[in-house]
Amino acid sequence: MTEPGVVGSERTVGTASGGVGSSGRRRADLPQLPPALPTGNALDLLRWPVLNTVLRSRWPQLLVRVAALAGFLIAVLTGLLGTPVGNHNLGIVLVWIAWWTIMMLVALPFFGRGWCSICPIPMPGEWLQHGALLTPRRNGAGLKKAWPARFKNIWLQNGAFSAVAVCSAVVLTQPRITAVVLLAFLFVAIGTSLVYERRAFCRYLCPVGGFIGLYSQLAPVAIRVKNKATCVAHTEKSCYRGSADGAGCPWMLYPGALAKNTYCGMCMECVRTCPHDNIAVTLRPFGADLRSPAGRRLDEAFKGFIMLGAAMVYSAVMLGPWGDLKMAAYDIGSARWFAYAFAVLVFINGVLPGLFLAAVSAGRALAGSTQTVKRSFIAFSYALVPLGLMAWIAFSLSFVFASISYLWPTMSDPFGVGWNLFGTVHASWQPYLTRSVPTLQALVLVAGFTWSAVTAHRIAGEEHEQRAALLQAAPVIVCCFLFTASLMGLLIA
Amino acid sequence: MKRSRVVTTALVLALGAGVIAVAPLPGATAKPANRHFRVEASSFKYIPATIRVNAGDHVTIDLVSTDVVHGLYVDGYDVSVTADPGRTASLSFVANRTGMFRLRCSVTCGAMHPFMIGKLHVGRNELLWRALVLTLFAGLAGILLARVREVRQ
Repeated sequence: MTEPGVVGSERTVGTASGGVGSSGRRRADLPQLPPALPTGNALDLLRWPVLNTVLRSRWPQLLVRVAALAGFLIAVLTGLLGTPVGNHNLGIVLVWIAWWTIMMLVALPFFGRGWCSICPIPMPGEWLQHGALLTPRRNGAGLKKAWPARFKNIWLQNGAFSAVAVCSAVVLTQPRITAVVLLAFLFVAIGTSLVYERRAFCRYLCPVGGFIGLYSQLAPVAIRVKNKATCVAHTEKSCYRGSADGAGCPWMLYPGALAKNTYCGMCMECVRTCPHDNIAVTLRPFGADLRSPAGRRLDEAFKGFIMLGAAMVYSAVMLGPWGDLKMAAYDIGSARWFAYAFAVLVFINGVLPGLFLAAVSAGRALAGSTQTVKRSFIAFSYALVPLGLMAWIAFSLSFVFASISYLWPTMSDPFGVGWNLFGTVHASWQPYLTRSVPTLQALVLVAGFTWSAVTAHRIAGEEHEQRAALLQAAPVIVCCFLFTASLMGLLIA
Repeated sequence: MKRSRVVTTALVLALGAGVIAVAPLPGATAKPANRHFRVEASSFKYIPATIRVNAGDHVTIDLVSTDVVHGLYVDGYDVSVTADPGRTASLSFVANRTGMFRLRCSVTCGAMHPFMIGKLHVGRNELLWRALVLTLFAGLAGILLARVREVRQ
């Protein structure tokens, strides 16, 4: 099974294992190729000199990542040493309220994997791999082994996210558990970097990276080549193999074949290593990746179900009025928790996909589809991507505005030792926008359903003409409506 | 198909969505009354977890905590009360806004405190019903608009 962005890369590029330096030629040494073609309707942000300078230089990215690493370490330290009361602990508030807000309401919808480009978790491992803090060198540490072929998918990420999801009531409320989880991420990332090549942890293991990748297909920002012919003619493939200008793609992608955002970490290394300035950072319509039928996969399809299901479960557990359900989710190791975890896993991995499969099958029968059931199921599951993201935004709106005021006192006294750094230590809890949030949630879900319905219709149109396309899409759209109505029932009913 | 046709279709659909969103619905007929509730608070739950009143009712909630100090904050009304263990504290307000409003514990009471939630339903939940109808309408409108655009192209 091929991967988006890797289509043809093994063939074209070979199995380059070194991250850096198989080509040391500089821009001036390379033969002059025809000027790059315009990038269609997309706007290349690198045409703006300031952005060009900022994105090409490693310094701004390093500074932001160092700041993020500092925030990460503060979260870990306050989690370990601060008050054990979750909503008074800066680690909990910083990670699960402040970071989550920025991630779900801003970074993910508008910048896709933009967060991955500044994430501090893989940074120490990358430093070791590259043997440098800034520009990668050849003499970095690590075995640089290829990631096992059988795990070149996101099933491990799906499993990791599911495992965190069923423990979320504790992870989100216990500062020490949050700190341990963050440290586990850090050390697994370092260990993975020392054994495997490039950012294998981010690509194949990180539970957060899995869903960021899925929803980054909707983002209006993407890294793409300007002219594929230029890439074909460029035999060195420095974007993939690396050069004196930088590392080969840390995400193991060949930019010349990049068709989707899913696995592009937007780290800008290819912008730095391309000797022909053939890489563009494009501004494009929301959801552009969903228009392409290439690279659809079953593991990504299940990621969509897991995320949508988890949004429903979180809405029920954290925003619902059912106290016994909350205690079952919290009481890890007890019989009621095992029952809860089993029910959640069956719901997100069995019930939701099962309902969707029934809808897809009904649509196939109505339209007389000649595609296999599996292929149709995978294709239509991408219609859930917009609804899934909007479900998470709707959930986060309620959670975030009710809890963000915990940030003010915890910032002033991060370790709970009586400090008052910003004069806000006595700020009391105050939920914001409680009159407006339900309306915002309803509008977000309406938008999510509409986007999903149009996407389902478009996917059906890949095989059929108008009437048959509508017939095939109809049961899927009804299924999406049921999911949307369920979310509305949990959030605003 | 002309571009103006696409624009006209979009405007008509937007108008339809606007009507669904704001069109007045028949009003409730129940007369306002005094409504009194005893709500027990303990380990991250309220009993009863859901309270239903009519619009205009004068609502009094007696909050009784059976373990540690708990609070009760009413979303949308911005009123709250705190109850010490074994003691009753009262909260009164006129339910003059319709819809669903979450009741939240306003005093840190344990690990799951941020998720200690109940619900107050005042009258008919118009937002929910309008949202459901608007969802169906918007989905169909989106597909119609996409088809109109396809024909144009």
